[in-house]
Amino acid sequence: MADTKAPPVTTLSVPGPSSARTVLLRRARELALVPALLLLMVLGAVVNDSFLTERNLISILGASAALAMVVLAESLVLITGKFDLSLESVVGIAPAIGALLVLPAAQSGWGTEFPAALALLAILVVGAVIGAFNGILVVKFKLNAFIVTLAMLIVLRGLLVGATKGKTLFGMPDSFYSLATTTFLNVPMSVWLAAAAFAIAGFVLKYHRVGRALYAIGGNADAARAAGIRVDRVMLGVFVVAGVLASVGGLLQTGYVGAISANQGQNMIFTVFAAAVIGGISLDGGKGTMFGALTGVLLLGVVQNLLTLAQVPSFWIQAIYGGIILVALMIARVTTGRAQD
Amino acid sequence: MSTAVTTPLVEASGIVKRYGPTTALADGRLTVLPGESHALVGRNGAGKSTLVTVLTGLQAPDEGTVRFDGEPAPPLADRDAWRSKVACVYQKPTVVPELTVAENLFINRQPLQRGFISWRRLKAQATELLDAWDVRVDPEARTADLKVEDRQMVEIARALSFGARFIVLDEPTAQLDNREIERLFTRMRSLQDSGVTFLFISHHLQEVYEVCQTVTVLRDARWITTAPVADLPRTALVEAMAGESIETIAEQGVQERVVDESAPVLLDARGLTSDAYENVDLTVRRGEVVGLAGSSGSGKIELAESLTGLHTPQRGTAQLDGKPLPFGDVTAALKAGVGCVPRDRHVQGLVVGMTIGDNATLSVLDRLGRYGFVGTDRKRGFATELIERLDIHTEGPEQPVSDLSGGNAQKVVMARALASDPQLLVLINPTAGVDVKSKESLLARVDSAREDGTAVLVVSDELDDLRRCDRVLVLFHGRVAAEYPAGWRDHELIASIEGVDHG
Repeated sequence: MADTKAPPVTTLSVPGPSSARTVLLRRARELALVPALLLLMVLGAVVNDSFLTERNLISILGASAALAMVVLAESLVLITGKFDLSLESVVGIAPAIGALLVLPAAQSGWGTEFPAALALLAILVVGAVIGAFNGILVVKFKLNAFIVTLAMLIVLRGLLVGATKGKTLFGMPDSFYSLATTTFLNVPMSVWLAAAAFAIAGFVLKYHRVGRALYAIGGNADAARAAGIRVDRVMLGVFVVAGVLASVGGLLQTGYVGAISANQGQNMIFTVFAAAVIGGISLDGGKGTMFGALTGVLLLGVVQNLLTLAQVPSFWIQAIYGGIILVALMIARVTTGRAQD
Repeated sequence: MSTAVTTPLVEASGIVKRYGPTTALADGRLTVLPGESHALVGRNGAGKSTLVTVLTGLQAPDEGTVRFDGEPAPPLADRDAWRSKVACVYQKPTVVPELTVAENLFINRQPLQRGFISWRRLKAQATELLDAWDVRVDPEARTADLKVEDRQMVEIARALSFGARFIVLDEPTAQLDNREIERLFTRMRSLQDSGVTFLFISHHLQEVYEVCQTVTVLRDARWITTAPVADLPRTALVEAMAGESIETIAEQGVQERVVDESAPVLLDARGLTSDAYENVDLTVRRGEVVGLAGSSGSGKIELAESLTGLHTPQRGTAQLDGKPLPFGDVTAALKAGVGCVPRDRHVQGLVVGMTIGDNATLSVLDRLGRYGFVGTDRKRGFATELIERLDIHTEGPEQPVSDLSGGNAQKVVMARALASDPQLLVLINPTAGVDVKSKESLLARVDSAREDGTAVLVVSDELDDLRRCDRVLVLFHGRVAAEYPAGWRDHELIASIEGVDHG
């Protein structure tokens, strides 16, 4: 850590001004991305007249909702000190299975023609089952989370392609899309849902013992175990919750796009990690807040939107987007003042 | 032992603990009276840590009983019951670095309000707890930012808040400087006045005399004695730790060696200073074997590692054969003619997945081919030669190094150190964890290196390793405290290592 070499305190620290300062400093780190976000907004307003319009801002939020859910899921896993790469495949396969269950065989479904409500429930169950499977392999079998979930990513991607024979699924009941299409106060329900999910997760992480247990496990699993936290159980639970959240993310993505292609969610995990790390979630575990993760998502959403508005040729957009992520990581490193190890 | 008036707070008797074929503790005994500070001393491997794991309920003994306040110890699974009796502050922190002090004190038992954590009450409770035991640490501070001494006090306070009044301190002074040690002792004494009992483990005997009232000595996995500190003079304590029998062996084992005083000085280090040691001068002549002794925090390993490029001194110079020896660069040190057996073969010594041949030739690959390519036959031949030279028992250079026993694996590490025909050979714990025969064979390599005119530096906790040296330097808290020519007696050296002859 960079700040262990701070000059030694000559007097014993007295609670008071110094403690107020440390609290303030911690808050400041939490808000590290807000100035960058504001700067980007100003930049956007200057560069393009249509940037700062209500319609455009809402479209940024709508486009970011699915990503936000997956970043939330990944952040929980990262704070616990583990990885879950397979979340991006869950984004594809969970809603796809739901769709296959409702669609008639003529529309390349399985012909079971489930009622829509049951199919929506099935989407969440698929997410939970995949999360539980990952969790068992990592927690009980003590396999390396990175490589296990990487394998799962490939397996699930393959299953999705196999089950749909590579075709795009569409024509699902309206309820599959309604989260993205219905609005409340002009803002899509998907955005409200993501916002609520972040608020709840942030609250639990801050004010519930289970939430604090995630930090304890990620920070020092042995100490957590010694404090009586059921480390294995909590970790397993985190994988399940992450799977469910990612499947909701998949549903939001389906609504936003209006169909499920065989590569829904593909390569999303890189953006997810970038958003989480830019937002101050440590890959080492035990560090980061939901607010930080959310600012990471919004930052990337704004950048994406700006690039589109600036009419950057689509062939170059990826290179520029990647470059901006790199720069954002460097800025986050400088502003938080600590190594992102 | 104790007069039967007070029930001992902790009483362990006849503790036996085996790990597979090795017996870590053959006869562990400990009786701690309430309100005292009790020292537990013994050389490395005497069974101190094993006794602590049994006392803290982390492992069940194979035989023997532990009683608290006269009552049998709770079952192993009942962590809460153990926590309310005993706690251990280890060298390795058992706190979560990113959380605040307050939260670390109450992990998983944070005060709740309608099912959710009340941070206000958490802070209040933490402040109250810290004040009650006079621990002056900001409860809002990030635990990672604390100094070691404060972190220890936080861990002690946490243990006390569970109701434990028996605290094991496992080498608490190892990472502290002198002033911090004094402060720790002051706090220990005031806690003792408030009714806390300590079991104090330290390698520094003068600390035992400073803060403890009673001392228990373990040696070779057995209980040797328990006595009031005041009744046990330092020489008697050192003798109890070293064992009288060893001394007699020592007298016969050490023959005077003829040191060629005219041999040119090969290694000449001046004023070496870093975090771990201070202003050390070190010279080694051609064909001379110099030992470095000291306790675990003495800086001896860092000093040796400085010469091999693994540790970078802040100040000072070193010359090898008249040419300056670069610091902090292993490749350059190798080029300059330094061969090294690093401190831990599992960590720095061997690449476990590779073969014996690959491991032995790892540092000399540039000699076995051109432009970075390695000639397979030449490598094979070179490795076979090394295997024969060091008498490594193996099927051949193709065998994975993970198949080897500890002794043979260590020979591979030694082979690699010798492969480059070094001028200076630095051996750190060269015989750690090897059997007697391999040990002899490894030490024989030291003798033949000496005959070849190599300068050898041996860093070790093992007296047997040091006995072969022409002279032994003792480091204490980073300074050279004493120098012994060959022929020293065991208790002299141990007293010097433990800091009792000059503390």
